Amino acid sequence: MKRKLVGILVLMGVTQLSGCASLGVQPWERDLLAKDEMALGAEGVDLGLDDHIYFSKEATSGGRSFAGGGCGCN
Amino acid sequence: MQLKNKGTVATALAGAACALLGTPAVQAEEEMLKDWKFDTAILYYGETDRVSLAEGVISATKTNDDDSLFNVKLVIDTLTGASANGAVAQPYAQTFSRPSGKDGYVVKPGETPLDDTFRDTRVQLSGSWMQPFADTWRGTGAVNFSREYDYMSLGVSGLLEKDLFMRNTTLSAGLSFQFDSIDPVGGKPMTMTSMLTPTYNEADDLFDWDDDYEEGENKDGSDSKTTTDLILGVTQVINRRMLMQFNYGLSVVDGYMTDPYKLVSVVDSSGITQDVIYEGRPDSRTKHSFFWQTKYALDNGVVDVSYRYATDDWEIDSHTIDSRFRFNLGDNNYIQPHLRYYQQSAADFYRPFLNQSDATPMYASADYRVGEMTAYTVGLKYGHKMENGHEWAVRAEYYQQDPKNAGFDEPGALADLDLYPSVKAVILQFNYHF
Repeated sequence: MKRKLVGILVLMGVTQLSGCASLGVQPWERDLLAKDEMALGAEGVDLGLDDHIYFSKEATSGGRSFAGGGCGCN
Repeated sequence: MQLKNKGTVATALAGAACALLGTPAVQAEEEMLKDWKFDTAILYYGETDRVSLAEGVISATKTNDDDSLFNVKLVIDTLTGASANGAVAQPYAQTFSRPSGKDGYVVKPGETPLDDTFRDTRVQLSGSWMQPFADTWRGTGAVNFSREYDYMSLGVSGLLEKDLFMRNTTLSAGLSFQFDSIDPVGGKPMTMTSMLTPTYNEADDLFDWDDDYEEGENKDGSDSKTTTDLILGVTQVINRRMLMQFNYGLSVVDGYMTDPYKLVSVVDSSGITQDVIYEGRPDSRTKHSFFWQTKYALDNGVVDVSYRYATDDWEIDSHTIDSRFRFNLGDNNYIQPHLRYYQQSAADFYRPFLNQSDATPMYASADYRVGEMTAYTVGLKYGHKMENGHEWAVRAEYYQQDPKNAGFDEPGALADLDLYPSVKAVILQFNYHF
C-alpha cells in the first residue's frame, strides 16, 4: 500500500513539475486568472461551512487544507 | 516613485486639512475600515427527523501596505435534535439511558434508535497573518480555538509558500498541530462495556433504576487527542484560462477517538438484542489524502472541479468529487450549480451489531459514519453585486447520505428491519460581503 502511495505521489509530482517550462503565462496574460472568482480559495466562507458539515457527517476530512479536528460533532 | 511620494504628501496634506477642519467621525471610521473586507454568512442545516444546525460566520480581513494579510474569524453554531445512537432497530420497543445516566428514552418498534437530546453551542475563534517576504515567499501563521459544552479544541498552524517561474508555479508546505479535549456528559464510558438501562414504567411515565444502580458507575472522567497535519502542495498556472493544484496531506491522530455517545447492539442468532454496549475505537489513526483541483475561466464564468482520494490505517478509503460551475449573468449577477459525490469504505472495526456467539472484539463501532456509504449534494447559489460594491448571495442545497451493508449477514428479525436508513438534509445559506 505504501509503495502504491509513493508511486502515485512521484507520478503526480513529476507530471506537475516537468511541464513547468512550457506551462504558464506571461504577466500580461493574467487578466482572467486575476479575477476574484478564479482564486483557489474563493468563497472561503462557503468552503469553511462545507468542511464543517462534511467533517461531522463523513469519515474523511481535509485535502484542500488541514484535516484538523475542532468539534465534537454528533 | 516620485508619483508615490506625491500621493503620500497629498494624502498627508489632506489628512492634516481634514484634522484642522474637524472631519466627522463617520468619515474617519470609513478611512480606518477601507483596508478591511468583511465576509459574513448564516447557514441552516436541517436533517429530516434528526439534527438541525444554525451557524453564523463573521470573517474580517485587513490588507496592509506591504500586502500582508490579517484575518480574524468568528463562528458560532447551535445544534439541536436527534442523532442515531448506533443500536439496531428491533421488532419491539427499546429503552436506553440518557448520556447523563439520570434518565431514559424509549424507541418505538422498527425504528432506528435516535437519542433526541443533543443540544450544543459552539464558539470558534481563529486568526491568521500572511506575510510576503523576499519577493517570492509567503509565510502564514494561524491559531484557532473552539469551545462547546463537552469539547474544547486548540490549534496552531504554519504555511510556507514559494513562487517560481514568473509566479506560474507555487510550492507550499504546511504543518498544523491540534489539541482536543472531550469531557462527555455523564463521564467517559468504559468502552465495550454494557450500558446500564432503566426500566420504563409506562403507567407513571417514569424510568426506574435497579436498587443497586449508581449513577456513572461505568463512566469515568474526560480524555483528549492530538492531531498533527502535514500538507505539501503544488499550484500551477496551465494557461491563460486554467489553474491546477495538487496537495498531499498526512494526518496523524493520537488519543481518544471513540464517540462516547455511541452504542453497539449485541444480538442472538434470531437477531434479538441481548445487550447494548458502549462503542470503542482505536486510539491512533494515520490518514493520507491526495487532492487535485482545477479551475477554468470561461468567458462568462468559472468551472471548478476537485477530486480527493483518502486512505487510512482504519481501512477507510474515500473518493470525493466536488464541482462548482459559475455562470455570470451580466456584470453583477451569477448563478452557480454545485454537485458533490462522496463514497467511503467501512472502517475495519465497523460492526452494525455484534453476534452474541462471537468473542467480543477489542474495538467496535456501529456509527454509520465509519461504515460503507455514498453521499451526494446538489445545490444552487445565486449572487448579486450591488451598486455600492457590496455583494450578497443565497445558496440552497440538498445532501443525502446512503449507508450500505458492507457484507454483514442479518440474522432473524434484523433481516426485516431497515438497518441502513438514508439521512436527508437541506442546507440554506445567506452571504453578505462588504
